[in-house]
Amino acid sequence: MGEAIAFYVISALILGFAVLVVSTRSTVHAVLFLVLNFLAVAALYVLLTAQFLAVIQVLVYAGGIVVLYLFVVMLVNLKRPPEDHSAPQRRGWLGFALSGVVLAQLAAILVWGGVGAATDSSAAQSSDLALNNVERIGMLLYADYLIPFEVASMLLLVAMVGAIILAKREL
Amino acid sequence: MIDTYVIPLIKILFVLNATLIGVTYMVLLERKVIAWVQVRLGPMRVGPYGVLQPIADAIKLILKEDITPTRADKWVFTAAPIIVMVPALITFAVIPFGPTVHLFGRDVPLYITDVNVGLLYIVSVASIGVYGIILGGWASNSKFPLLASLRASAQLISYEVAVTMTLVSLIMTAGSLSMVRIVEAQNEANVWFIFVQPVAFVLFFIGGLAETNRAPFDMAEAEQELTGGFHTEYSGMRFALFFLAEYANMIVVSSVATTLFLGGYLAPFPNVDALNFLDIVPGWIWFLLKTFLFLYVFLWVRATLPRYRYDQLMRLGWKVLIPVAIANVIVTGIVKVLL
Repeated sequence: MGEAIAFYVISALILGFAVLVVSTRSTVHAVLFLVLNFLAVAALYVLLTAQFLAVIQVLVYAGGIVVLYLFVVMLVNLKRPPEDHSAPQRRGWLGFALSGVVLAQLAAILVWGGVGAATDSSAAQSSDLALNNVERIGMLLYADYLIPFEVASMLLLVAMVGAIILAKREL
Repeated sequence: MIDTYVIPLIKILFVLNATLIGVTYMVLLERKVIAWVQVRLGPMRVGPYGVLQPIADAIKLILKEDITPTRADKWVFTAAPIIVMVPALITFAVIPFGPTVHLFGRDVPLYITDVNVGLLYIVSVASIGVYGIILGGWASNSKFPLLASLRASAQLISYEVAVTMTLVSLIMTAGSLSMVRIVEAQNEANVWFIFVQPVAFVLFFIGGLAETNRAPFDMAEAEQELTGGFHTEYSGMRFALFFLAEYANMIVVSSVATTLFLGGYLAPFPNVDALNFLDIVPGWIWFLLKTFLFLYVFLWVRATLPRYRYDQLMRLGWKVLIPVAIANVIVTGIVKVLL
């Protein structure tokens, strides 16, 4: 009961902040609502007894990446309200159509894909998941999914090198 | 009922108040220590030896006019000092102050909670505190605070990387992320981790100085270059929150360093039998003593060392501390595998 109330309150907060991120006029405020959104998602992880994920969510997303966003936003437009560029109805229907497609896609994944696989494995794992969060994630990342993990980190490294080369033309 | 709600609440109240009193008296201690270093007396007028000075300061700051600049972003301007102060205070939730004690017929562990990711919790909460500094500078709508806040946040982010990498090697030694388990691991190993991980200790302390914006890394408040730093436009109690948050962060870094490297509430040299008589001193007194040792070093360093230049600071962070921290992790791993 209490868990359900907490879940719905946190979900409402997540959705509310997400709406504020896209609807607020000041870019800095939008970034701040994004932080609040991430913190609410972290609270949801705590509710799922995935404390490790929650802490990493706060550390990496709220504390790390968004700070860099904030830097960029602050330096790009210092206290200038966003200009009203062109007509508001411009390409509005295209945005709606695209987000509708994404929504349908996500719904299709939820309805048809992976549900059966998720339920039987999660029921088996949930008992010891609560006990040793860090160990389980470590085993999954560095034993079961070692190669995808390393490939992803190589991808990030390549992206970083590329960004540095783009930013500094003469090295 | 009592165990789940009442006792934690009492503990939270107690720790919060103790921290806030500690923070206000840190200000007095800093003035006194620096005065002694410079062969002065320091505050002497308010109460005997100036012990009531923090109370006078607090009253002054509360009574001062609270100014919000006209073109400032009001909401963010108000929120920034709060965002700085709150993370500094909630960090104490996972710090163990002493072993379990027997009080009024109950076993009371002297920590508020023991999360199995305690150390990561501290690091992530500390990373939220950066927002207060950035936003405080931005919302003031003034040049110098903005520059200072950019400096401060760039500094905090880069030293956060070094400190977190340093902590990884300590976690490898301790085998746990829980603060209570880390202290117990030092008890079982019969040695403080400062002797196992001396390099990590030095890195952590330097990183801690930089993370709390203390001298010699107090670039954010370089008066000669930036007037007052990111809080130039703040006055009264809002300024006081920024000011006190710095001292609260010093206490946080000191108590984390105590827990991780100096055995927390353990007596010194638990493996030497000749020193067993030290066990009559309760654990929380050892914890306070060690924490104050660190705090004193913080003040001592401020009174002794000149300020770094900004480029030197960044070079130290990225080209010295982070590579050494990564090397330390690798060496720790190799030693762990070989032994």
